[in-house]
Amino acid sequence: MLKSVFLKRALQFVLLGAVIFTFLAADQDARFQSIGHQLMCSCGCNQVLLECNHVGCPLSDGMRNELASYIQRGDSDNLVMQAFVQKYGPTVLLAPTTTGFNRLAWIMPFAVLGFGLAGIYFVVRAWRKRAAPLPAGSVPLAQGEELERYSEQVRKETEV
Amino acid sequence: MSQIGSFALLLALALSAYSFLAGSLALFQKSSATDRLGETARRAGIATFAAVLLAAVVLVVAAFTNDFSIAYIYHHSNRDLPGPYKFAALWSGQEGSLLFWSLLLASYGLVLRLRHKTDTRLFAYASAIIAGVQVFFLLLLNFAAPPFGVMQGSLPADGTGLNPLLQYPEMVIHPPMLYLGYVGFTVPFAFALGALIMKYPGEKWIHITRRWTMVTWGFLTCGIFLGAHWAYSVLGWGGYWAWDPVENASLLPWLTGTAFLHSVMMQEKRGMLKVWNVWLIFTTFLLSILGTFLTRSGVVNSVHAFAQSSIGNWFLWFMAIVFAACLYFYWKNRSHLASEHKLESLVSRESSFLFNNLLFLVACFAVLWGTLFPILSEWVEGHKITVGPPFFNRVMIPIALLLILLTALGPLLAWRKTSLESIRRNFLWPSVGALAVAVLLMLMPSRWGTPFGMKPWQEISSLYALMAIALSALVAFTVISEFVRGGRVIRRHTGRNLFSSMVQLGHRNTRRYGGYIVHFGVIVIVIGLSGTAFNQNKEKEMGFGDRMNIGPYSLVCRSYTQDDNPNYASEWAIIDVSKNGKPLTTMYPERRFYKASEQTSTIVANHSTLQEDLYLVYEGQNQDTGRPVIKVHLNPLVMWIWIGVWIIIVGTILALVPNAPAPVRVASPAPAREPEPEPIGAGN
Repeated sequence: MLKSVFLKRALQFVLLGAVIFTFLAADQDARFQSIGHQLMCSCGCNQVLLECNHVGCPLSDGMRNELASYIQRGDSDNLVMQAFVQKYGPTVLLAPTTTGFNRLAWIMPFAVLGFGLAGIYFVVRAWRKRAAPLPAGSVPLAQGEELERYSEQVRKETEV
Repeated sequence: MSQIGSFALLLALALSAYSFLAGSLALFQKSSATDRLGETARRAGIATFAAVLLAAVVLVVAAFTNDFSIAYIYHHSNRDLPGPYKFAALWSGQEGSLLFWSLLLASYGLVLRLRHKTDTRLFAYASAIIAGVQVFFLLLLNFAAPPFGVMQGSLPADGTGLNPLLQYPEMVIHPPMLYLGYVGFTVPFAFALGALIMKYPGEKWIHITRRWTMVTWGFLTCGIFLGAHWAYSVLGWGGYWAWDPVENASLLPWLTGTAFLHSVMMQEKRGMLKVWNVWLIFTTFLLSILGTFLTRSGVVNSVHAFAQSSIGNWFLWFMAIVFAACLYFYWKNRSHLASEHKLESLVSRESSFLFNNLLFLVACFAVLWGTLFPILSEWVEGHKITVGPPFFNRVMIPIALLLILLTALGPLLAWRKTSLESIRRNFLWPSVGALAVAVLLMLMPSRWGTPFGMKPWQEISSLYALMAIALSALVAFTVISEFVRGGRVIRRHTGRNLFSSMVQLGHRNTRRYGGYIVHFGVIVIVIGLSGTAFNQNKEKEMGFGDRMNIGPYSLVCRSYTQDDNPNYASEWAIIDVSKNGKPLTTMYPERRFYKASEQTSTIVANHSTLQEDLYLVYEGQNQDTGRPVIKVHLNPLVMWIWIGVWIIIVGTILALVPNAPAPVRVASPAPAREPEPEPIGAGN
């Protein structure tokens, strides 16, 4: 009886270990893919590290091995990136960091969008103020050429 | 032979300079004598085409006759190069591609000058401006990057060959398409600037400019996607767009050109945004020159920058002069561009165009900003940084999603003001449909090669893909509802069936319904792009009988071998593919070594279906075992991108076809019954 319980527990531990190992391996693979797509091959080919495929590249294989070893060692994403920057320089990162002057790279596109939206708001408000409707009867009815012009405008705006 | 070419280019320069100077003089001093002068300027412009064509023919003949005394031919061709690539050598290097640019500009100029009777004076202005641009390119060809430079010393026996990456069938048509787009923007620019200088009365110039822009936009769109397809098929990294500076350079004028094609409707229909439209066209032209500058100056690193040299300063000066001219004439004649109407409501077609233009311009700024930020960073901080795909994806995807939303909303909003009732009537069912698609995508069981079983709460890429497909569905439903509603009206009046009524509807307003088809093509492309979120890849060294599994596919290496021909030596693997256990096909990923240039290139093996692409790359050989290393990518929905491009081409062609005349109506008494709801959408 005792032996059977012990065997059961041992089997459970083995299964638990296998599951944890599988998840860790899967997580490590996902991290390898994720970080590898944020780094550039430093040989001058201008390709993403995990997509560098030119023949005889002197660096990409070594860089991929380094990445795998850092991840296996349990280094955080930030630590891995820093290690690559220290060894290969800031151009190894495929996107600007969010610190210092580089922050501007991220802010500007959305700042321009914000300014644009504000600009449209103010322009529309100014236009609508100027286009305030006149009281009824204060404008004479359109006739002749003027009527023709308005008819043409209606045709343009409502054509099928 | 090189002397004939050089003389032709010198003659072309003299002719275009005369066309520009005499044409300008004739326009600014009006008399019967200057009219004759203007006519000589027009004819000189036509003769420029003949001279540039002669120079281009000489270069092509030199490539076919292996005349390696010409340095350009020595560097971009060799004896064993197949014929089509010898022809493509014309645009494969710096000097040749500038000559090709000049030839296309001369061809556009020829068409314009032959059609001058459409509006003699406006065309004369446009002709003079095009001649001015032509002078710049011919100055470059004669003094900075001459294509007919001769080799020094003894004559080489063979050339160094064409870059292997360019030895692919699409490279024979991709650059011409792209250049037709780039160069073509000179024509709407010339019309816009000409109309501004002469204070052109009326809106005719905007109709002419819009048509030229549409043609050019169509070419540029084809060029961009042919480039993407080429990159996908040749570069062998499994993708089609890498946000490379040269790719970005082609996107910049496309974005502003697209913005113009939308905002120009505000000017045509409501006489609004005149200043904005003129500057959009100026900017589009300047961006196409900037793109050329980025490609050739070497200021940014790129995998595509085949031709780098020191001609960058020429382009900078040219852009500065063009910008100064635009600014001067705008300031001088700005009163002519006063708006005729004002915006009346934020919920209107006009405001949707405003937001559309804002988003296109912000997208353009973001691409330009990301492309040039490394230079700025180096200037400020003293060291360069990289701005690559992670940056562009994070910034551009939200902007693109907003644009798709506007693509759905805009066409159903009425000019001036849209009522809430109209919004409810037009958007209820499309919105319900889009929501149903989103729910379906999340609830359906996950399956390889399909976007089913999405978990947007787990990954941002999945969320973006879900939003992109749901919004695309919204656009599709609104486009279909517009066609059906319009078709029903025609069916009621003509008694035809619904499909034939919808075809007639398209013929009656080709521009509007052609535009809807273009929108439909765009969302098909967006669905294709969203497949990127589910890409997978694996790599393995494969000996005889070795197996690799990915998704539902199983790959077995049957053999690997080598071959040799005068142009290149190659090694490839023979891979048997089965899907879900059933034999499917045999694929041959290959790697070539080009002898003349001593460079290698991958030839990807791709099995493409609507569901996914099985994309095999011969990565190389393990030096110890001699076995090939095969990388396999499983890329869902890629084929949708190429289908979407074909739909866009059909839509663009339809939008260029003149409207069919509406049938003559005989007035009849109105029947006494309840009025039916407006059938053509709130837009009318």
